[in-house]
Amino acid sequence: MAYPANYRYTKEHEWVNVQGNVAAIGITDHAQHELGDVVFVEVPKVGTKVEAGKTFGTVESVKAVSDIYAPASGEVTEANEVLNNTPEKINTDPHGDGWLIKIKLSNPAELNSLMDAAAYEAYIASQSKEASA
Amino acid sequence: MESATTPSISEPRKTPLNAWHRRAGAKMVNFGGWDMPVEYPVGGGLVAEHKAVRGSVGVFDVSHMGDIRIRSGRVSGGALAAVQHISMNDASKLAIGQAHYSAMLYPQGTFVDDVIVHRLGEDDFLLVINAGTREKDVNWVRENTKNFDCIVENLSDAYTQLAIQGPRAQDVLQKLTDANLGVIKNYWFTHGTVCGLKNRLIARTGYTGEDGFEIYVPSDVATSEMAWNKVMEAGREFGIIPCGLGARNTLRLESKMALYGHEISDTINVWEAGLERYCKMEKGDFLGRAALERAKASGLTRTLVGLEMCERGIARDGYPCFDEAGKEVGVITSGSPSPTLCKNIALAYVPPAMSAVGTPVYVGIRAQKCKAQVVATPFYKRPKRIAPQQTAANS
Repeated sequence: MAYPANYRYTKEHEWVNVQGNVAAIGITDHAQHELGDVVFVEVPKVGTKVEAGKTFGTVESVKAVSDIYAPASGEVTEANEVLNNTPEKINTDPHGDGWLIKIKLSNPAELNSLMDAAAYEAYIASQSKEASA
Repeated sequence: MESATTPSISEPRKTPLNAWHRRAGAKMVNFGGWDMPVEYPVGGGLVAEHKAVRGSVGVFDVSHMGDIRIRSGRVSGGALAAVQHISMNDASKLAIGQAHYSAMLYPQGTFVDDVIVHRLGEDDFLLVINAGTREKDVNWVRENTKNFDCIVENLSDAYTQLAIQGPRAQDVLQKLTDANLGVIKNYWFTHGTVCGLKNRLIARTGYTGEDGFEIYVPSDVATSEMAWNKVMEAGREFGIIPCGLGARNTLRLESKMALYGHEISDTINVWEAGLERYCKMEKGDFLGRAALERAKASGLTRTLVGLEMCERGIARDGYPCFDEAGKEVGVITSGSPSPTLCKNIALAYVPPAMSAVGTPVYVGIRAQKCKAQVVATPFYKRPKRIAPQQTAANS
């Protein structure tokens, strides 16, 4: 799966898609593949403040609980409630329908320190080399 | 510089099929010091593997488990006496060709390990033990049988052990063996030619709650891969897929089978774990018996129950349990979504007063307390097989 060129990415395998002052946030294809079939998603309510680098929710497979870290700070304007009944969207469309939350950014400059698609792809390639060594 | 033949303590051990799992793209995990497949994405992963076992057939590499043989020393009878001393079930009741579930206990009545005891001969036993406790168990057995007239052999590295599990397991394995599998009852075994290999142990045992067999073949890589590939080939028409530790765990949890370090451990006794039917106090003295007598007299302070989540949330290993007043009263030993039941289930230790079916128990899931209720176990029981004679008569 290709990593959208206009998204930004974190070392914890979240993506951010900025449209104006609002950012959609989800987990990457790499992350969903590592997790396996997603069975449970917990995201914060609208109005919750999230802080860059801090956890804001969890995505769970049968086997594992994965904390999700906010790539940037802001206030939740939308939470993807559809995932409560169809968490598998995170597996089938991690960069699209599998979005977790949308936030109003409080400090857009935070995005500058995130990876672009090429850097993220290089990052996960280097991780898998280490893992199989 | 490390010697080429001595792995460092931190390096996990590998079964003979390790390369096969890695070539198949399995997700690997360190389990009890072993580099094992947790699931195989190419076959659909954990849920697909779980469903394959419940619906048809799957195959597991369980070579990480250990094997200890206890047989006669100079005079016959010493091995049985030794097994009776270290194992809580009554080995004298086993026929040759029969196996049973048991456990080895510390003098305090708590668990060294659980074990399947196979009676190979009049005075000849095979104990199959857990992977993570191999060395501890071997040392325990040697130490506690040294005053008996028996020979203890650690055969753990001698076997590749495959578990073929599911309603079609017999159909698959029958294609590969001259042994008549239809007459082997549950928890009985035989020896026969399997995959062209002579005199191999074939046991109707498993850890999934389904019908199935475990076969023990020589542990060299070439033979192990040959046997594994033959099983995969024979199972192809039944949709066989390789299954990892992830599905192994969800299957055994649904069937309420204990996992060492979770439901049973060195701090939990037989009564608390609800395993009294495998503990034959009447057979005579054995390691742990006296402590169990005392524990029975003083009564239970905690008991193992099955839980089903009522509110959104997945109870997992180690999460705390609370009563209605918010007091912490227990702990989840194993918890997971159940692929068969489509519910989130768990086993937990709670006070006996909270053990009745229907009792609410609150599970601490991160910052929240989520409601669960006590349910009957096992969570899943396999449907009874129709005897072959009946189906022939009906056709």
